[in-house]
Amino acid sequence: MSTVVGQRLAKLDAPDKATGRTVYGHDVRLPGMLHGRILYSRHPHARVLRVDVSRALKLPGVKAILTAADNPSAKFGYGKDNTPLKGEVVRSRRDEVAAVAAIDADIAEEALGLIEVDYEPLPAVFSAQASLQAGAPLIHEEQGSNLFKQYRYSHGDLEIGQRESDVTVEADFELPYVAHAAMEPSVVVAAFDQRGHLTLYSTTQIPFLLQRDLAEALGMEGSEIRVIQTAIGGAFGRGLDIYPFEPIAALLARKAGRPVRVSFSRSEEFLAAPLRQPAQVHVRAGARRDGALTFRDVSALLDIGAYVSWGSVTPLVMMETTASLYRVPHVRFSADCVYTNNPITGAVRGYGNPQSTFFIETMMDRLAVALRLDPVEFRLRNANRPNEDTPQGLKITSCGLKECLEAVAARADVESEGTRAPGSQGGRPGLVAGLQAPSSHLKRGIGFASTLNVGGGARIYRSDGCGATVKVDDFGHVSLITGSTEIGQGSETVLAQIVADVLGVSLQDINVLNSDTDIKPWDVGVHASRTTFIAGNAAQLAALDARTQIFETAAEMMRVTPDKLAARNGHIVVMDGELPATPARSIELSKAARARHFREGGQVISGEGWYDPPTRLVDKETYKGNISATYGFGAQMAEVEVDTETGRVRVLRLVCANDVGRAINPMAVEGQIEGGTQMGLGYALTEEVIVKDGRVLNPDFLDYRLFTTADMPELETIIIETDELLGPFGAKGVGEMGGTPTAAAVANAIYDAVGVRLTTVPMTPERVLQALDQKAAH
Amino acid sequence: MPKYHLTLTVNGEPREVLIDPRRTLLDVLRNSLDLRGAHRGCDSGDCGACTVLLNGRPITACMALAADCEGMAVLTVEGITPNGSLHPVQRALVDKGGIQCGFCTPGMVMAAVALLNDRPCPTAEDVREGLAGNLCRCTGYKKIVDAVLSAGAER
Repeated sequence: MSTVVGQRLAKLDAPDKATGRTVYGHDVRLPGMLHGRILYSRHPHARVLRVDVSRALKLPGVKAILTAADNPSAKFGYGKDNTPLKGEVVRSRRDEVAAVAAIDADIAEEALGLIEVDYEPLPAVFSAQASLQAGAPLIHEEQGSNLFKQYRYSHGDLEIGQRESDVTVEADFELPYVAHAAMEPSVVVAAFDQRGHLTLYSTTQIPFLLQRDLAEALGMEGSEIRVIQTAIGGAFGRGLDIYPFEPIAALLARKAGRPVRVSFSRSEEFLAAPLRQPAQVHVRAGARRDGALTFRDVSALLDIGAYVSWGSVTPLVMMETTASLYRVPHVRFSADCVYTNNPITGAVRGYGNPQSTFFIETMMDRLAVALRLDPVEFRLRNANRPNEDTPQGLKITSCGLKECLEAVAARADVESEGTRAPGSQGGRPGLVAGLQAPSSHLKRGIGFASTLNVGGGARIYRSDGCGATVKVDDFGHVSLITGSTEIGQGSETVLAQIVADVLGVSLQDINVLNSDTDIKPWDVGVHASRTTFIAGNAAQLAALDARTQIFETAAEMMRVTPDKLAARNGHIVVMDGELPATPARSIELSKAARARHFREGGQVISGEGWYDPPTRLVDKETYKGNISATYGFGAQMAEVEVDTETGRVRVLRLVCANDVGRAINPMAVEGQIEGGTQMGLGYALTEEVIVKDGRVLNPDFLDYRLFTTADMPELETIIIETDELLGPFGAKGVGEMGGTPTAAAVANAIYDAVGVRLTTVPMTPERVLQALDQKAAH
Repeated sequence: MPKYHLTLTVNGEPREVLIDPRRTLLDVLRNSLDLRGAHRGCDSGDCGACTVLLNGRPITACMALAADCEGMAVLTVEGITPNGSLHPVQRALVDKGGIQCGFCTPGMVMAAVALLNDRPCPTAEDVREGLAGNLCRCTGYKKIVDAVLSAGAER
C-alpha cells in the first residue's frame, strides 16, 4: 500500500494560502508599474466617429493612452475576429474603445472620463433568432453573415427511431448566461525588457497557447514572450483564450515604457470576461415500452456574442452527452452558433456539459414517467458499459456508471439530517406528484441524473500533450517541472504524489515548478478535466526515467543489477523478489544522487516525460472520433423541498457518486466534486447573468447569487474506483463532473415533489410559481 | 486633495500613514501597509475576501473608510498568530482540504476566528451562518465548515 498515492494529503500550497503569503496577480508590484484602465463602449452597436484623448493626455500622471490607431494589424482570438481596441465599429457594450496607463488607478479612472467619444448608433440584435433573420444588421460585415458555425451530427436513422418508439417526449429549453465568478477578478501585468521581450504575469489557463496568440496579436515572435502564471484565484474556464485586456496591457506597457497592470473590478469582470453562452434547445426523445431508448433529436441555437471564443466549441461536448452516456440507436444533433451584439461567451466548467446534461437528463426523467419505469432502472437499462464503443466513436474503457447510479439510489431512502418541516412527508416520496399530504405547502421530492465527461484529456487541439521533467538534487530533494498549471484544483499536489510514489520519497520532499513558460515544458492547458490524467502520466514517465538513472548508479554502488532495486522511504533498497533482501542493503537516495553527480564523467539526474494520449481530433464533417483516452462517469441524487406558496426550492441533500478511475488523493477528489456542486446548484437555482439590450444588469454578487455556506445542502460524496488501465495509478479526470448533473437532478426532484417540469434555469421562485400556476390552470 | 493623517493599531503595532481621505481600509492595508493577505474580490462588501477584525469585530475592509477607523485596532490574517505559525483554524483548513485556489481563504480565516471568539464551540448551523458572508467558488464549503467545527472542538 502506497504511503502517498491514495492518501488524503493536504495541498502543498495550502499553508501559504491560509496565511496570506501567496502572491496573486493583484499582489504583483514591479518597479515603476503603472495602472491600466479600459474605456468600454456606451452602445451595443455603433459607428465610432471620433475618439479625442487630448484632454485625458494632459492629466498629470497619465503616461500612455491607446486607441484603435495603436492596434497591430492582425486580428486575434479563437475566431480571429477581435482587436485590442475597436476603431470604426463597436459591436457590444464590452468593446474596448480606449485604454489609459497612469501612475495610479484613480488617475487612470479620471482620465477615462476625459476621453471624448462620438458614436453613431447602429441597429443592434440581442438574440440569436433576431440575428439570423433576413435583414438583421451584420455584426462583422466582412463575414457576410451572423452565423458563425453550424454543427451537424447524426448516427442511425431518425425515421426508424421514431417509428419504433412507444412514447415520445418533446420540450423547449432556455438556458441563461452564467459567470465563472472566480473569486479573483481577471488581472494581467505586462512588462518589457530592454531587448523588447515581453513578460506577462497572467491568470491564464493556457500559457503556451497564449504565448502564440499574443505573439500574433502584438506582431511579435512567440519566443519573445514569456508567460508567468501568478497564483490563480480560480479560473473555471475563464482563462482558455486570449482576451483584449491582455494585448491592451502589453501595448500600454510598450507605449509607456513601463510595466502596466490591468486589474478588473468585479463589475468589469461580469461585463468583459467571457460568460457561458445562452442557448435555446429543442429536444425530442423516444423509447420503447420495454425501456429501451429509440432516438434523440436535439437542435440548439447558441448566442456567442459579438466575438467568438471557445464558447462556440461547446456543441462538441453537448453532442457527446446527447449521443453517448446512454445507448441511443438513432440520434440527430444540430447546433448553430450565432453572433449578436451581446457580451462574449466562453466555456465555463463543464464546457457545454451542464447545459446538455440538464436537457438530456430531464428528458430521461420524462421518458421514465411516461413509461412508468423507475428512473434509476430506466437509466441502468440504457447506460453505457465498460469497453463499449459508442456510435459517436467514443471508446469507453473503464465505466462505473452503473455503480454510480446504484450508489446514489441506495441513499434515496435515507432520511436527510435537516429537520423535516411540519406536514412534509418523510422517507422516499412517490415518483409522481400528489402523494404527499395535501395540507402542507412544503413538498418533498427526489431526483436523479447521470453524467459523462471526458476523463482522459480531450483532443481539441493538434496536441493534447504535456511534458514533465523530474530533477533530483544532492540532498535527495525532488523538483517536478510540469507543463500543467495549478489553478486551485490541487494538481500540484496530485502530481507530486505520483512522483513521490515512484521515487519512494515523501510529499514534502517534492517541489513543483509549474508557472513559467521559460522553464516548464509544453502543455496545451488546464481544461477538460485533463490534468491528473495527462500531466499525471507525463509526471509518472519523468519520475520513472529519473528513477532509472538513480538505479543505474545505485546498482553500481551496491554491486547488483538495477532490476533488483526499489525506491522506498528516501532509500534505494536491494530487493529479493517482493521483499527487501536480507541482510538489508540500501543507500540513501541523496547519496546515489551525489555519486552520480560527483563521479568522473558524472551526469545530472533529470528524468523526462511526454504524454500525448492515444486519441484523435473528431472528424470535421461527421464529428465522430475518440477525443478522450477514457471517460469519467457520475450520478447525483437531489432531495428538495418546494414551497408551493412562495415557489422557493431548497435542496436538502445532494448525493454524488463519481467514477474517477482511482483517487490519487481522495480529499482532493471530494473537493473537486463538492466544489462542482456549488456551481451546479447555482446553475439550478440562483445564477443568471441578466443581459438586456446588451447590458449586464446584475454585475455584482448581491444580484448574481452564488450559493453560500448557509444555502448549501447536506453533501455526500461517494468515490467509485474502476482502475483505469491508461491512467496514472488508474486515475481519470474529475474536475468538471461535480456540477454537471446537478441542475437536472434538482429539476427532476422538483417534478417528483410538485409535478411540474421546468425547462429554464435558474429555477427561481417566480419560475416555479409560474409553472405551478400553469399546472393548476390545466 | 489634503492628506489625512491616520493612526491605527495593526496586528498589535502602532502604524501612522498619510492617506488620501477617500481610501478604504482595504486600500490602506494592501497599498500603504503592504499587508496583502486581505484580498480584493468585489470592492462592494459582497464576497468577504477582505474580512479583517476591527476592534475585534469582523468587517469587510473594502467597505470601511480608512479615516473612520482612526485610533482603532485592526487584526489581519498576518497577525493572528505571533510568529506566522498556523492558527488552529488555518491548520484545520489546511489538513481538512478547505483550501483550493485560496483567494477567499484569508477572509474565511478571519470570519472563522471571529466566530470562534464569540462561540468557542459552535454548532454546524452556527458555522454555516457565521461564514455565510464569505463566498468561495472552489470548495462547496463542506470542508471549510468541517475545518472550522474541528478547530472549535479542539479549543
